[in-house]
Amino acid sequence: MKDAILTVKNLKVVFHTYRGTVHALDRINFTVLKNERFGIIGETGCGKSVTSLAIMRLIEQPGEIVEGEIVFDGKDLVKTQESILNTIRGREISMIFQEPLSSLNPVMKVGFQIGESIAKIKNTSIKSCRQEVFEALKAVDLDPTRVSNLYPHELSGGMAQRIMIAMALSSNPKLLIADEPTSALDVTIQAQIMNLLDDLVSKMNNTVILITHDLGVAAQFCDKIMIMYAGTVVEQAKTEELFDNPLHPYTKGLLKAIPKVGNRDKLTGIPGSVPDLVNPPSGCRFHPRCPYAMKICSVEKPPLTEMNPGHLVACHLYGDKNG
Amino acid sequence: MTLTEKISDFMEKRRPILEDWKHTFFLWRRTKLAIIGTVIVIVFVLVAIIGPFFIPYDPLSQNMAERLQPPSLKHFFGTDQFGRDIFSRVVSGSMIEVEIIIIVSIISGGIGLILGVIAGYFGGAIDEILMRATDMFLAFPSLILAMAFAAMLGPSLINTIIAISLVGWTVFARLARAEAMKVKNQPYIEAIRALGASRTRIISIHVTPMCVSPVLVQLTLRMGTVILTAASLGFLGLGVRPPLPEWGAMVSDGRSFLLDQWWISTFPGIAIAIVVLGFNLLGDGLRDIMDPRLRR
Repeated sequence: MKDAILTVKNLKVVFHTYRGTVHALDRINFTVLKNERFGIIGETGCGKSVTSLAIMRLIEQPGEIVEGEIVFDGKDLVKTQESILNTIRGREISMIFQEPLSSLNPVMKVGFQIGESIAKIKNTSIKSCRQEVFEALKAVDLDPTRVSNLYPHELSGGMAQRIMIAMALSSNPKLLIADEPTSALDVTIQAQIMNLLDDLVSKMNNTVILITHDLGVAAQFCDKIMIMYAGTVVEQAKTEELFDNPLHPYTKGLLKAIPKVGNRDKLTGIPGSVPDLVNPPSGCRFHPRCPYAMKICSVEKPPLTEMNPGHLVACHLYGDKNG
Repeated sequence: MTLTEKISDFMEKRRPILEDWKHTFFLWRRTKLAIIGTVIVIVFVLVAIIGPFFIPYDPLSQNMAERLQPPSLKHFFGTDQFGRDIFSRVVSGSMIEVEIIIIVSIISGGIGLILGVIAGYFGGAIDEILMRATDMFLAFPSLILAMAFAAMLGPSLINTIIAISLVGWTVFARLARAEAMKVKNQPYIEAIRALGASRTRIISIHVTPMCVSPVLVQLTLRMGTVILTAASLGFLGLGVRPPLPEWGAMVSDGRSFLLDQWWISTFPGIAIAIVVLGFNLLGDGLRDIMDPRLRR
């Protein structure tokens, strides 16, 4: 078995708001293996972005990691000091954000901003990194001399996302977290960006966590997919396995809700909406919307159990098999 | 590339900025009061810089034979009770006022910017402490507080500057804090943090520059108030020491002669009034011109 690069154990994140405590992540567990492409899929507000921010330790007041471990490369990031985290962020773990245009400082030239991140890694001045900046821009198929002199407002969304990718990969990080890298872009640009990311990551052998709500993007890019619902992990499997043989009712619902070209039947959605995480449903958080809900579902939280090799699911429907 | 090509290339690259300046100039020309204010301020600064080379008499030397002369061609503004030429004193006094404005702006703007950005960026307890401190300063009428500081420190030019700066920084701190809180929540700050930038770096390079512009605008708006406060302290004897020709102190000197020798107090008083009016007109005009809602 390959080595794990990131292990998240019992991670619980809450946000203290005036309405009460929001249980954004309720004891989630997962493991990402080295050189794996790991997809995290879920609806808006299910905790995908919170997971990525927690791994970067960028959860700020009023949010808090209350318990759990995030073991990256042998170190527990939850217990690591801020000063050491600053040497991990950007160097060993990089992140691409969902809105590329607002993730760049609007009053600084692009070249300067890329230079800033490279200079930090190499511990030199920004001016002496000119060559590396040009190479980083070339790697993402942009014209270095022109683009490095532009301000963010002069860029298109696709160009800005290429620049974010250039910045994130300039340090050749062990782990790249891409938080919905294509959701702010239109479909043709999405394909370009995903292909670019695919090329670069295959060349450099980075481990990637791709966070998305687009099943198509995840199916194409990821080796393994984890489905999240309302702050919990509901299912995790190899990509083919998940699409061929979905087990959890929520996953089944998601797959049914994908429109297919040529199909004129009415799309079936999942009835109801995402629960309020201040007062999450008892037991299995999906039970109020689940067509197969049983008595036990509202009482007891189903554990994540391995059904087939590598295929984990948290549902009482399959509870009997394992015990 | 020839020189003319270089120039045209340079102009081409900066065309949006030049267009913006042109538009600003156009708006300025349409605002009559702003023009008057600008002219007054420019004349004031010019007088302060080159005036001292052209004054007919030494502003400090006394001449008892010529004391209490009314305005005439020999002494444009008359002389005071020690025979000093009031015109010379008013002109050389303008340099003192310029000094006060510049140094007060740097000190109070600097303190306000730094404390405001720190309070806004860190939030929480630090924010509470700093903002309650500014509230304490704001609770007093500014002139009374400046008087208290000046009285505590003792009257002198430097102490006047310190007293006015200590009173003035609160406004800038609040502005910078509001701006820092806005910038702090922008996604790009999170992105920079994810790249591993340290706190000092984020604050100094990515947050503070964004907070400078509202502070600068407010500084120009408040320059009139600074002169008025300095003159008030001088008048009350808590400011610049005689014999330095500070305008407020000069008004105070002539107070006991006001009925018979009106010119001693009146001319420095007029100078204060005109310059403060000029700064206020310019400030109001600038605020209107800079207002993005009126620009389009």
